[in-house]
Amino acid sequence: MPASLTPYFLIAQRLGVALITLVIVSFAVFFATELLPGDVAEILLGQAATPEAVAGLREAMGLNQPGIYRFLHWFVGLASGDLGTSYVNNMPVADLISGRLANSLKLAGVTTLFAVPIALSLGIGAAMWRGSIFDRLVSVLTISVISVPEFMVATLAVLIFAVWLGWLPALSYGADVGSWSAMLKAYAMPVITLGFVVSAQMIRMTRAAVIETINTPYVEMALLKGASRSRMVLRHALPNALGPIANAVALSLSYLVGGVIIVETIFNYPGVAKLMVDAVSTRDLPLIQSCAMIFCISYLSLITLADMIAILANPRLRH
Amino acid sequence: MTAAPLVSVRGLTIGATTDAGRKVKIIKGVDFDIAPGEIVALIGESGSGKTTIALSLMGHTRTGCEITGGTIRLGDDDITAMDERARSGLRGTAVSYVPQSAAAAFNPSQRIMQQVIEISAIHKLMPRPEAEKKAVELFRALALPDPETIGHRYPHQVSGGQLQRLSAAMALIGDPQLVIFDEPTTALDVTTQIEVLRAFKSVMEKGGMAGVYVSHDLAVVAQIADRIIVLKGGEIQEVGTTQQILDAPAHPYTQELLAAFEPVPHELAQIEHRPHERPILEIQHLYAGYGPVRNGEPQLKILKDVNFKLQRGRNLGVIGESGSGKSTLARAIAGIVPAYRGNILFDGREQHLSLADRSKDDLRRAQMVFQLADTALNPAQSIEKILGRPLYFYHGMNSRQREARVIELLDMVRLPAALRHRLPGELSGGQKQRINLARALAAEPELILCDEITSALDTVVAAAILDLLKELQRELNLSYLFISHDLSTVESICDDVLVMYKGEVVEALPAAQMSRDASHGYSRLLISSVPQLDTGWLAGLEQDPELVAAFSDR
Repeated sequence: MPASLTPYFLIAQRLGVALITLVIVSFAVFFATELLPGDVAEILLGQAATPEAVAGLREAMGLNQPGIYRFLHWFVGLASGDLGTSYVNNMPVADLISGRLANSLKLAGVTTLFAVPIALSLGIGAAMWRGSIFDRLVSVLTISVISVPEFMVATLAVLIFAVWLGWLPALSYGADVGSWSAMLKAYAMPVITLGFVVSAQMIRMTRAAVIETINTPYVEMALLKGASRSRMVLRHALPNALGPIANAVALSLSYLVGGVIIVETIFNYPGVAKLMVDAVSTRDLPLIQSCAMIFCISYLSLITLADMIAILANPRLRH
Repeated sequence: MTAAPLVSVRGLTIGATTDAGRKVKIIKGVDFDIAPGEIVALIGESGSGKTTIALSLMGHTRTGCEITGGTIRLGDDDITAMDERARSGLRGTAVSYVPQSAAAAFNPSQRIMQQVIEISAIHKLMPRPEAEKKAVELFRALALPDPETIGHRYPHQVSGGQLQRLSAAMALIGDPQLVIFDEPTTALDVTTQIEVLRAFKSVMEKGGMAGVYVSHDLAVVAQIADRIIVLKGGEIQEVGTTQQILDAPAHPYTQELLAAFEPVPHELAQIEHRPHERPILEIQHLYAGYGPVRNGEPQLKILKDVNFKLQRGRNLGVIGESGSGKSTLARAIAGIVPAYRGNILFDGREQHLSLADRSKDDLRRAQMVFQLADTALNPAQSIEKILGRPLYFYHGMNSRQREARVIELLDMVRLPAALRHRLPGELSGGQKQRINLARALAAEPELILCDEITSALDTVVAAAILDLLKELQRELNLSYLFISHDLSTVESICDDVLVMYKGEVVEALPAAQMSRDASHGYSRLLISSVPQLDTGWLAGLEQDPELVAAFSDR
């Protein structure tokens, strides 16, 4: 194979691995939800239901068919975009999710837009001036942010900005988002809270990755050529640290879709995470499965994207 | 020297802070001058401070170190009094640096040209097209192939010897008055080293630049330096012209360095040669390689049809350049890299090709000592534990027996018994290599496979290890398979030598007559490429250009 094709081959390979992982995960998700305690038909009909009624409903819902058959049926539907019908309110799962997913993605997108550039500059800056006051300040702050649980950050933010100062609305959703300033206000608190949570890890990983490349002989060589500190870091160290940084960013961001239940609850924000928790409490299997698959897809695509960046950033693979 | 010196160093002291926060002096008051156009060598073992001094001429100290006293003047500038910004203005323009390992000093993600002309961009010396033109001229002067296009490549696309010359171009682009060479040929093969040395010498002469050449290798330094400064423990031991130092070394340490260089001819094994005796090791048609195995053959084939016999009590040297398959041969014999074809006979008995299938007793008989004791010894285990493991594994000793045997083993490798409670990190390089050897001896082997075991050591320390190997051989009737790229080391310990090239044994000959009898072209090239302690050696060296073209990767 010509050398110039290798990166594309590797990328195709990564995409293939991602697809296979997805199939395996869907299998796991389907059968794990099957293991949830309680029988759907019994729950739906309530405690007073006669055994005949339960059996009838099970038959009607296709619950008596073998598991593997139901899995295939579900998987084919999933692949063709049919997420099934909610057990609880008979609505198509796709309809239930779509609005919520848009909300979640909007929140995640705004957070990414703010958190990633800030985190990367702080991390790179801390590495560039390692050992300085700035570096120590950043380190102490990131460690304290990591160790403070997010509900604490969120609650404190509400207490200070909404209750005491009255600057920002306590609830984000349904607030007036007619203008830019109103939208900024509405999103400020959840974004700040989430930003805190995801940035800390990104800052630490970026700093570590850049410092590791700063200690290489080629960065010392740049110093001995008379390069300034910023040239050493930005031109020589950073391009070689892209792979690990992309991975750290992807790992942190993957948290923004599925892991934000606390923030969604505190700010009463109707996202997918909250939808899934509600679905678990009502044993709404199709909804749970679809939510789990969405989390998995977002996680996988972020990781695969980071892998692809790492491959493309490596000149040994490109040339 | 009547002209004012270009560099003048007075009372230079450099201090370091250890990890534990202790402050130590690593350079203890050093004075020397360098005249314009003069090349001065700093020579000494590792830890002697030679690189530290060289870097301080650029106003740079590595993390944890600091210039604590004295002055360094370069031309009219006092480097010690400058701030970091002023110093970086000098770097690349007044004084520049050729690194020890160009492979590590080139940024893997940038094209070569961009890095070579970076100095002119940083200091705004000339417009880019002009800089590129100058770089191409330098490439040509350094005898690089394809000077017009080599700059468009990435560092991993050119060979080690080429990268080293490219790094010299990188240093010369800003027309410095002083160039610092930091062991620039240590990582190269001998046949490559010659071409690189020649290129360095000719561009330095043409440009009339002064140079500082840091090295531990007296023979290399003899070819290029006008004056030699011998360093030990951060102090100057002796200064003299190259000829003076080589002919009449005054200081005992210099004499020791030179003595370590003298080839000590190995007296042939005293055991009478009985042709009918079974060889301790016999290799027949051995093939080995790496990578995924398809149709019983690995993807990357290294060894091709290797045959030899090693008689009991004798030593066999294996020489060749990096990539010739020397280490793979040792690994295939040990079974770590299972050969895919061929026979390995140990004392006449056929061995399984893979380590996993061999019996414990077969494993015990052949032990391997690795090149880098640092990576071979578990840094988290005490010496006692490291040596105790093979004792338990092969001999099933209980803890009391083990302790007694560990003390015995340490005594065998001439180390004090108290060392057994230490961790590998607390030992010196030579001590670690002795532990590495003791670990092999713990199994009570008959054959020891030594893979470049003296390569990472200083000359004097390496000579002591070789003496130890010889003593152990007399006491324990061992046989060694001794792999090395250093011909004089092989000469001093081996009875016979195999010359390897691209995975094949091209010639087998007695070590004592190696330089005289070698008939294969590659062996002759290899042997003639070893630098001699003679200032005129490089200039007078004539190698058959056809041989060079056929076997060398220049």
